[in-house]
Formats: sequence, C-alpha cells, structure tokens
Amino acid sequence: MSDNKLLKSIGFYALVVAIVVFSVFPFYYAIVTSFATGTALFEINYFPKHFDLANYQNVLGGRTFPRNILNSVFIASVTVALALFLAVTASYALARVRFRGRGLLLMTILAVSMFPQIAVLAGLFELIKFLNLFNTPWALILSYTIFTLPFTVWVLTTFMRDLPVEIEEAAIVDGATPWVIITKVFLPLLWPALVTTGLLAFIGAWNEFLFALTFTSQEITRTTPVAIAMLSGASVQEIPWGPIMAASVIVTVPLIVLVLIFQRKIVAGLTAGGVKG
Amino acid sequence: MSTNTVAGRDAGLSLQQQRQRAAFWFLAPMLLALFCVAAWPLLRTIWFSFTDTSLNNLYGGKWIGFDNYLRIRTLESGRVIYKGTLVDPAWWNAVWNTVRFSVISVLCETVIGLVIALVLNAEFKGRGLVRAAILIPWAIPTIVSAKMWAWMLNDQFGIINDIFLRLGLISQKIAWTASTDTAMYAVLMVDIWKTAPFMALLCLAGLQMVPRDIYEAAKIDGIHPVKVFFKITLPLIRPALMVAVIFRMLDALRVFDLIYVLTPNSSATKTMSVISRENLIDFDNFAYGSAQSTLLFAILAIFVSLYIWIGKVDLSGESSK
Repeated sequence: MSDNKLLKSIGFYALVVAIVVFSVFPFYYAIVTSFATGTALFEINYFPKHFDLANYQNVLGGRTFPRNILNSVFIASVTVALALFLAVTASYALARVRFRGRGLLLMTILAVSMFPQIAVLAGLFELIKFLNLFNTPWALILSYTIFTLPFTVWVLTTFMRDLPVEIEEAAIVDGATPWVIITKVFLPLLWPALVTTGLLAFIGAWNEFLFALTFTSQEITRTTPVAIAMLSGASVQEIPWGPIMAASVIVTVPLIVLVLIFQRKIVAGLTAGGVKG
Repeated sequence: MSTNTVAGRDAGLSLQQQRQRAAFWFLAPMLLALFCVAAWPLLRTIWFSFTDTSLNNLYGGKWIGFDNYLRIRTLESGRVIYKGTLVDPAWWNAVWNTVRFSVISVLCETVIGLVIALVLNAEFKGRGLVRAAILIPWAIPTIVSAKMWAWMLNDQFGIINDIFLRLGLISQKIAWTASTDTAMYAVLMVDIWKTAPFMALLCLAGLQMVPRDIYEAAKIDGIHPVKVFFKITLPLIRPALMVAVIFRMLDALRVFDLIYVLTPNSSATKTMSVISRENLIDFDNFAYGSAQSTLLFAILAIFVSLYIWIGKVDLSGESSK
C-alpha cells in the first residue's frame, strides 16, 4: 500500500517537473543562446557555458532598436491610458445603471473584442491614410483601441458589478452625482482592477504584430515585435540568431517580471471575462 | 405626487432618469471610439470587397458586385470560366489550413490545459512556483516565441533535433519549419506551448469553484478518481470550459503573427488571415484581399453563433446573477 502511494507521489512530481520544464525551457534556452557569439552559437549547450554580452551591445548599440523600444513603450502607454479613461465611465454605466438594451450592448462589446483584426485591416488602412496618420505612432494607438477598449470595458464592468451597492446608495443619499460617485467613491476602490486591466492591455499592445507591420513603413517607426521579426543579416541565408535572441530577451524580461509580480491579479483579471458562470 | 419627490432634483427628473441620462453620456465616448475603429472599418472592408479598389488608389474603385467572390464568364467558344475567391484553390487551401490548425491546437490545448489545471488544483509544495512558471509562455510576445522556436527547430543547430536524435525518436535531422510535411507540426507545437498555460488558468478557475466536499463524499463512497473526474468534475466545469474553448477557437481561427514569422510563405501553413493580408498589402489585390477578409469575418460570425446556440453558452454571465 505504502509502495503504491510512494509510486503515485513520484509520478505526480514527475508530472510537475515536466510541466515546469515544458513552460520554462524555451525561454531559458533563448537566454543561453543570447550570451553566445560566433561559432559558440552553433554548439548545442543545454547549460550556460558562455557569457558574452556582444549580442546585447550589438542590438542596443544599433541605430534603430533603442528607438523601436521607445516607440513600443510610448504606443502601449498611451493606448492603455486612453482605454482606461474611456472604459471607467462606460463600465460604471454598464455595471450600475439599469437601462434598456444593456445586455445587447454588453454582447456587442464582447463581439468587438472577438473581431478578427484582418477584417478591419482594409478599412483601418483607408481611415489612417485619410487622417494622415500612416507611419506614425498614432496610427497604432488608434488601431489598438479595437482590442484594448472592449477588453477593459468588459473586465472593469465585471469588477464594478461586484462592488457593494450600499456604498453607492450612501453616496446618492448624500446627493452625489454619478460623476462624483465614479471619481470620488468608486475610483479609489477600483485601483487594483485598473492596475490589472491596464497591465493586460499594455501586454496586448506591446505584443501586437499585424497592425504594427501594416501601418509602419520605416525602420525607426517600427515597434519591437516588427523589429525583431525583420532583424536580418547580411544575406538571406545568414540569420543573426544571437542578436535576435538578445533582442527577444530584452523585450520579454520586463513583461515576465511584471507578470510574476502581479500574477494573482492577472489570473483574476483573465478569468473575470466570462468564466464566472 | 410632486410633493413626494425630493425638491430641486434637476427640474423634475427622477433619480432613475437622471442616472440613465448620465449613463448615456458616460457611454457615448466609448461607443464613438468603437464605431470609429471597429464598425466603420468593417463596413468599409465589406464595401471594398464589392469594388475593384487598388492599394494606391483607395478612392478610385468602381462597384463590380460579386466579381471578387465569384465571376462566371462564358467565352465565345462556349467554355465557362469561373474566377474569384470562391473558386481559388489557394483560398480553400488556406481555409483548410486554418480549420486544421484551429481544431487540433484547441483540442490539444484543452486536454493539456486540463491536465495542468488538475495538477495545480491539488495541494503540494511549490504550487505557487509552478503557477508562476506556466505564466511565462503566456507572457512572452508571440513574435518572440516564434523566433525562439524557429531557433530551437533549426535544422542544423536546433536543440529539438538534438533532443529527438538522442532519444531515438528521429533518425536524421528534420527541417521542421521549411519542409511542407512538418511545417504544420512546428506551428502547432509553438501554439500549444504558448496557449496551453492560458487554458490551464481558465480551467483552474473553473475547478476552484467546485466545492471540495463533493470530492470527499466521492472518496468516502470509494469511487475511482477517473470516474469522479468524468462524472463530477467535468460536468461541473463544463460552462467555464465552453467559454474558454470559444475564446481560444476564435483566436486560433484568426491566427496571423505566429505563422507569418515561423513559416513564412509556406503553403502548408498559410491561413486565411495570412493570405488575406498578402493580397491586401503585398500583392496589391486590395479588393480581392478585402473579399477574403470579409469571408473570414462571415465564417467566424457563423461559427460563433452556432457555437453559442448549440452549446447554450452564457457569455455575459448576466443570467447567473
């Protein structure tokens, strides 16, 4: 009996180890590769053997990559600020005020968040050309609204629905207008939710590729995902794996740190959208 | 009546009316923004699909009806020629690729995600660490994961070939991403790696809502754990699972970035999104590409409606309140 139990627990921990290795190994291997240069790159090392910062110097000392990082930071930050600003008031209305067509409106917002981005690409392309935004950060900020806004509205609505009704009633009795209720009563309670949704929207904007690829046309206006996808060597055959891995590590480490710090809140935020049934 | 209402409330409006008016103004900016970036571009895309607009002359297109979709022309010799997306083998190849990719990847992700979720739902030392670890693939940008895996799947210097050779799973090095036989496996591998953890988190959220006493009752009754899983756990987390699957499925059906970067120009993996963008931007078949993206939108819309209708999925969470 106890043998059986031991075997079971060994099997269980083997599964746990397999899950961890499966999740972490590819990124670990990217880090190992990013420290290798020259011929060292083409040896297969399971454990770190080289420690050469040349790839990082190559990427960060380059003409365009630091600029690409700045572009990404700027675009993602403005997108998030805009989405949160629009979403806070809207989600108050959706969560706390009863009006006809609310369910339909919520479903429409959810439907927009499921839009295939390619379906709006042609129309957005025309709009961006018309507004003269092509090849500027504003083109991306505008187009990223299509996935950040519905998402933030949806998650904030679910958060706000769960706030106790008594707080709001007390404020109403005191004669507070809806605007005062949002800014003075709800906003302080919403901070955790705002941080979570903001972070998730930031990650979404930071990682976006299709719009960034289509609406930028120069190396210095690209965002980091496009820059990494386009990193190429002297010839087609010669892919600069070292610098690509270094660039990948640079853009990923901040995200992983943020995600690990806020992991509990992120899991709550991810599951708030619909999986509450 | 009027003596009962609170004096001075905005010229006789009831509290409810006042709140509804405020709600309208709170919603208006968001709705305007969504109209500009979603509804309007979608309508324009659909419009373009019925014209012969080109990339360099967006306003010079003429209405040509359904010609981008299907055009039937009878030649003088009596031969009938069919043209348009609906008879384009490249398009149907992309549709087939997309469906194959979506079904296989979502199926594998759901199974693996459930296994991980079941593990994480058990109590053991280091559970927090494992949960942190599975968040890493999710946090990595898709382009970065595509590049990372492209390197690991490299035919000459890739570590995957090395591992498989050592384990004796393959007898010679495979050009995973370049060969048409294996390109789809490569894409599936990366997608499953990246999104199974996400599925696991959604499944875990469902699992944690199952009351623990049910398991204890089953244990006392001496029911086999496998039977408990299929008879108790699975039906209880089904609603959460259905929602997770539809979200993943929609993501998979519109997949673009992973395939564009990992297996560029491979007809074995080209999906509907990839081929639409190719026509829209790269090949200067703007109107033709618009027709393809309109079709993609229609396919997705029909699929979601059927799924919600047949599966009786409650996405809004309103009815459970």
